[in-house]
Amino acid sequence: MGGVYWEHFSHQADMGVRGIGPTLAVAFEQAALAMTAIVTDPAWVVPDTAVEIRCEAPDDELLLADWLNALILEMAARHMLFSRFEVTLNGQRLHATAWGEAVDTQKHQPAVEVKGATYTELKVEKGESGRWLAQCVVDV
Amino acid sequence: MNLAQLKQMSDVEWRIAPSGKMRVPAVIYADQALISEMDEKVYEQITNVATLPGIVQAAYAMPDAHWGYGFPIGGVAAFDADEGGVVSAGGVGFDISCGVRTLHTGLKAEDIAPLKQRLADRLFTHIPAGVGSTGLLRLNAGEMDAMLRGGARWAVEHGYGSEADLDRIEEHGCMAGAEPSRVSEHAKRRQRDEIGTLGSGNHYLELQEIVEIYDIKAAERFRLRQGEVVVSIHCGSRGLGHQIGTEFLKQMVIAAPGYGIDLPDRELACAPIHSPVGQDYLGAMRAAVNCALANRQVITNLTRKVFADLVPGTHLTLIYDVSHNTCKEEWHTVGGQTRRLYVHRKGATRAFGPGHPSLPGELRDIGQPVLIGGSMGTASYILVGTEEGGTRAFSSACHGAGRAMSRHQATRQWHGRALVDELASQGILIRSPSLRGVAEEAPGAYKDVSAVVEAADRAGLARKVAKLKPLVCIKG
Repeated sequence: MGGVYWEHFSHQADMGVRGIGPTLAVAFEQAALAMTAIVTDPAWVVPDTAVEIRCEAPDDELLLADWLNALILEMAARHMLFSRFEVTLNGQRLHATAWGEAVDTQKHQPAVEVKGATYTELKVEKGESGRWLAQCVVDV
Repeated sequence: MNLAQLKQMSDVEWRIAPSGKMRVPAVIYADQALISEMDEKVYEQITNVATLPGIVQAAYAMPDAHWGYGFPIGGVAAFDADEGGVVSAGGVGFDISCGVRTLHTGLKAEDIAPLKQRLADRLFTHIPAGVGSTGLLRLNAGEMDAMLRGGARWAVEHGYGSEADLDRIEEHGCMAGAEPSRVSEHAKRRQRDEIGTLGSGNHYLELQEIVEIYDIKAAERFRLRQGEVVVSIHCGSRGLGHQIGTEFLKQMVIAAPGYGIDLPDRELACAPIHSPVGQDYLGAMRAAVNCALANRQVITNLTRKVFADLVPGTHLTLIYDVSHNTCKEEWHTVGGQTRRLYVHRKGATRAFGPGHPSLPGELRDIGQPVLIGGSMGTASYILVGTEEGGTRAFSSACHGAGRAMSRHQATRQWHGRALVDELASQGILIRSPSLRGVAEEAPGAYKDVSAVVEAADRAGLARKVAKLKPLVCIKG
């Protein structure tokens, strides 16, 4: 299956994250990678510590924001960065494992801290090509 | 912004008459150049704000307004609780009570010139900044709640500063009505070791030289002398505020239909002030304001220690501390009537004029210092609140330059190392854990702060007092 990637899009003050994939879960994983890439190069983050994440929301879009916000909470409270994600969706429930390591200023050169995932440009949809897109602007 | 959709009231005031669901007009304060460059999203967002229940008089945008979340950054709106007025998590923003404080050093620029490198290095070592940094304090549950209730007063009681500092902080350093029990465990977990940290992004600690005085009388009252050095600290409520913003945004989006509120944009999520969600948010938001005040107070103490070590005998005294992202209960005169309103300032500074009872005795007859932050290479300003500001935008002014360019555009245009070298050649020392972060925050990525301040002055929102030039900038 091709078409698995992430990208950033511009917002005047902040930054947009977008994940694309064949399934909603993969699009969510890619959006999370895009978020790490705001802070540092994901390739510099060794995925050696796993953290479990669960969340739930009334619709797919709010679930995406919840998922990214749950990661932001773990990044902030554990002082970690994540580079590998495995998302399982069951209706409006999400269960995921995120792998990463503790922030190392020298190694990761973190550019900016992510404050929160917002509802600006928040979109989750299946395109005509059958691929899923999951995106929103994150406040930095 | 397309000027054809605006009615020009003066060279710095533009009005949008109510149409559609707008309950009040929208007013933008900016000169023609600033408004022409303003994002069309500001128009969309400020007219959306004008549709919210219970809004009073008008929705206002400051000269530095830009595309925000729900509210534009640089947005001001006041609500009457007894007329169905709302409180909006989006209208306050994620970094609750992010703000600026400025301190006198009593030193002249020439006195610190030989010490500049050492001051820069020592401040960078002692003030935790950047992603993953932690403060020296670890708060247990009881201490966390005490800090959230007490704000800067809590910090002073724990040895981080003196009673005199509190006089020079909005709310006398402690926001009343804070409810730590309304702050989630997640928010508290994020904050456990973040007190006394600067954060990242546009947050900074700067040494600045007073290079120009515009208003001699006000400058004398604020004790600002040309050639002297001040310290400015820009940061907020850290992880705790971000988490509260995130959680209540979701709660309010879900609750809004139940309150009969039709949201034109989810980011405008709000709840009636007289509702359980509204009251919970106010209690948590005020706790976050206290967190920001405590944070700036602890950082002030760290800064004082560095100065005491390197320049024995220096005493850093606080000029004032302002908060940018807040919702505050205030009394304002509207149509000849004095009303209690909930004033949202999202990326805007409170600017009380002379005579306001909340100002400390020695500032009451002159007005509130209004501190406007620059961006590394550019100037910062100190203004003073005006009497007419009360009728312009509920005593509010701009808060900074505002971004003109996205972070991606900035990194395409500038490289961190080259920028640090270039600023050093201009006598501005930058210290930051991240060169990419420096590039993203390049001075050229921001609007011209001088034009913003000029427009605020001409619009009567606040009056220029002094201009500050950066000497050292510690960037998160």
